[in-house]
Amino acid sequence: MDRDRIETVSLRWLRRLVIAGFLLVTLLPFWYMLVLSVRPIERLLLDPGSLWVPFGELTVATYAEVLKSVESGGQGFLTFIRNSGLVALAATVLTLVVAIPGAYAVSRLRFFGRRQVSALFLAVYLFPSIVIAIPLFVVFSRAGLRGSLFGLVLVYISQTLPVSVYMLKNYFETIPVSLEESAAIDGAGRLGIIRRVSLPLAAPSVMAVALYDFMIAWNEFLFALLFLVDRPDRWTVSLGLSLLADGVEVPKTVLMAGSVILTLPIVVLFFAGERLLTEGLTSGAEKG
Amino acid sequence: MTTVAPEAGRSPTPERPRRPGRRPLTLRRRESRAGLALVAPTLLVVLAVIGIPIVWTVVLAFQRVRLATLRKTGLFGELTLDNVDRVLHTPGFADTLWTTVVYSVGGTAGSIVVGLVAALAVRGPFRGRTLVRASMLLPYVAPVVAMTFVWQVMLDPQLGIVNDWGRRFLGWDAPVAFLSQESTALWTVIAFEAWRYFPFAFLFLLARLQAVPAELEEAARVDGATPTQRFRHILLPQLMPVIALLGVLRFIMTFNKFDDVYLLTGGSAGTEVVSVRVYQFLTARTDIGAAAAQAVVLAVVLLVFVAIYLRFFGAKREA
Repeated sequence: MDRDRIETVSLRWLRRLVIAGFLLVTLLPFWYMLVLSVRPIERLLLDPGSLWVPFGELTVATYAEVLKSVESGGQGFLTFIRNSGLVALAATVLTLVVAIPGAYAVSRLRFFGRRQVSALFLAVYLFPSIVIAIPLFVVFSRAGLRGSLFGLVLVYISQTLPVSVYMLKNYFETIPVSLEESAAIDGAGRLGIIRRVSLPLAAPSVMAVALYDFMIAWNEFLFALLFLVDRPDRWTVSLGLSLLADGVEVPKTVLMAGSVILTLPIVVLFFAGERLLTEGLTSGAEKG
Repeated sequence: MTTVAPEAGRSPTPERPRRPGRRPLTLRRRESRAGLALVAPTLLVVLAVIGIPIVWTVVLAFQRVRLATLRKTGLFGELTLDNVDRVLHTPGFADTLWTTVVYSVGGTAGSIVVGLVAALAVRGPFRGRTLVRASMLLPYVAPVVAMTFVWQVMLDPQLGIVNDWGRRFLGWDAPVAFLSQESTALWTVIAFEAWRYFPFAFLFLLARLQAVPAELEEAARVDGATPTQRFRHILLPQLMPVIALLGVLRFIMTFNKFDDVYLLTGGSAGTEVVSVRVYQFLTARTDIGAAAAQAVVLAVVLLVFVAIYLRFFGAKREA
C-alpha cells in the first residue's frame, strides 16, 4: 500500500465521518428544540439527556400556552406572529420596490457617480447597525415613533436594501444587453424594458432576494428591542420570545415551543427556496 | 463598463475614430439621467435611514447628551471632546475592545475553518447531497433568538443535554456553566459564532471549489500527488482569494455583532463586546453621548476594514 492508496481510503472514511458529524452538529439543536417543546417540564427535569419523547409523555400544552392570548393566561404569540409577518412582508415589498430600479441602474446605466454609489451600498451593508441605532433611538423617542410598527419597517428597509441592491445588481449584470437593446429598437422605453425584459428574466433572483429580505426582517432583534419594548401588543416574535425568557419564571419547554414557532416559518421558507437562496448568496463569489 | 460617465455635454468617446454625431451624445445623456432617476429612491432611503443617522451619531459623540436632557440639547449644541476622553479612560473600554478583537478573530477563523472542512466533505457527489447541504445552511438562516435559546438550554448546567451527557459519557465531575464563568464564556460565544456562520463560508468555498478545473487535479494525480498534496498545492492556492475575502468580510460582520453575544451572555463573564457595551450605555445608563462616542470608535475601526475590502476586492468586482 503506497501513500496515495492509504490517503485515499482513509480520506473516504474520514469524509463520511465528517459529514455525519456535521449533520449531527447542525441538526441536533433543531431536533432538541422540537423534542423539548413537546415534553412536560417535570419529565425534562428528571431525564434531561433524552433525545426522544416517549409516546405517553407527548404534550402540546406548551404550544397552547405560548399561542393563547394574554387575557386567557397565555403568552399571546399569535399577535406577535401577526406583527412579525406584517412587518417582514411590508419591509420586503417596499425594499423590492426601491431596490429593483436602483440595482438595475447600478448594473446597466452609466451615470455620473455610478461607481461611488455601488461602493456606498457595499459600505452601508457592512456598517454596524448599533451605530445607526443610536440616533434612530433618539429621533424615534422624540418624534413619538417608538412603538410604531411602521417605524420598524423603515429601519428594516435600511437593513435589507443594501443587500438587495447588491444581489440584484449581480444578477442583472448576467442578463445579455442585446436582449434589452432589441426591445429598445422595438420602441420600448426604459421602464418598459425593465418591466417586460429584465424583470421576468431576473424573476428567480428577485424571489431569492425577497426570501432573503423576509428572513432578515423576521429574524431581526436589536431594533425591535429598541423601539417596541414598551408596547407588548406590538412585539415581534423574536422580541416576545427574548422577553419571555427574561420575565417571570417560564418553563424551558414553553420557551422551546416559542422558539419552534419563531423558527418554523423560516425553515419552511428556506427549504422551499433553497436553490434560489444559495445561488443568490454566492452569485459573484467566483469572481472574488 | 469601467469607464466613468463623462460630464454631460462633452464628447463621451474620444477613443472612437469616427466623430459621434448628436444622437449618441443625447442617448448617453438620457441614459445618465435615467440612471440617476432610477437610483434616486434607493439613495434617498439610504441617506435618510442610514446616512443621516451616521452623521448624527458622530455629532452626538461630541455632545453631552443624556436621555433626560435630550429635549434641551439642540442638534448642534455645544461640542466637546468630553465623551471621547471619558470613554477612552473608562477602565472597561480597553478590555471591551480586546474582547471584541479576540471574539472577531476567533469567530472569523472558526467559521472559515469549519466551513472549509464542510465544503471539502460535500464536494464530491453522493446520495442525499442536496439535503445534507441544505441542512448545513440551517444555522445561518434560523432566527438568532431561537438559536441562542437552544444553545443556552443545551448548555444549561442543570437540565442541559451537554452537561448531562458530559457527566454520563465523558466522566465530568461537575456540570460546567459554559456561559456564565469567565474561563469558558468567551470560547463558548466564539464557538457559537463559528457554528452559526460557517455556512456562509461553506457556500462561498463550495462555489469556488466547484469552479476549479478538473484537469488541474487530474494532472497532479497523474504526476503522483496524493490527496493531501493535491489539496495543499492545487486546491488551497485556488481557494486563497476566497478565503482572504471571507476573512475580511466575516471579520467586519463579527466585529459589528450585537445580538449573538447580547442574547447568549448579555455581555457578562468577560464577553462584553463593543456593540453590547454601546447598547448598555444607550439604554441602561441612558448616556447617549458616551454610547455614540464608543460607536464612533467601532465605526472608525470598521471603516479601515471596509476600505481594505473595497480596495482589494471591490475594485476587482467593478472591472
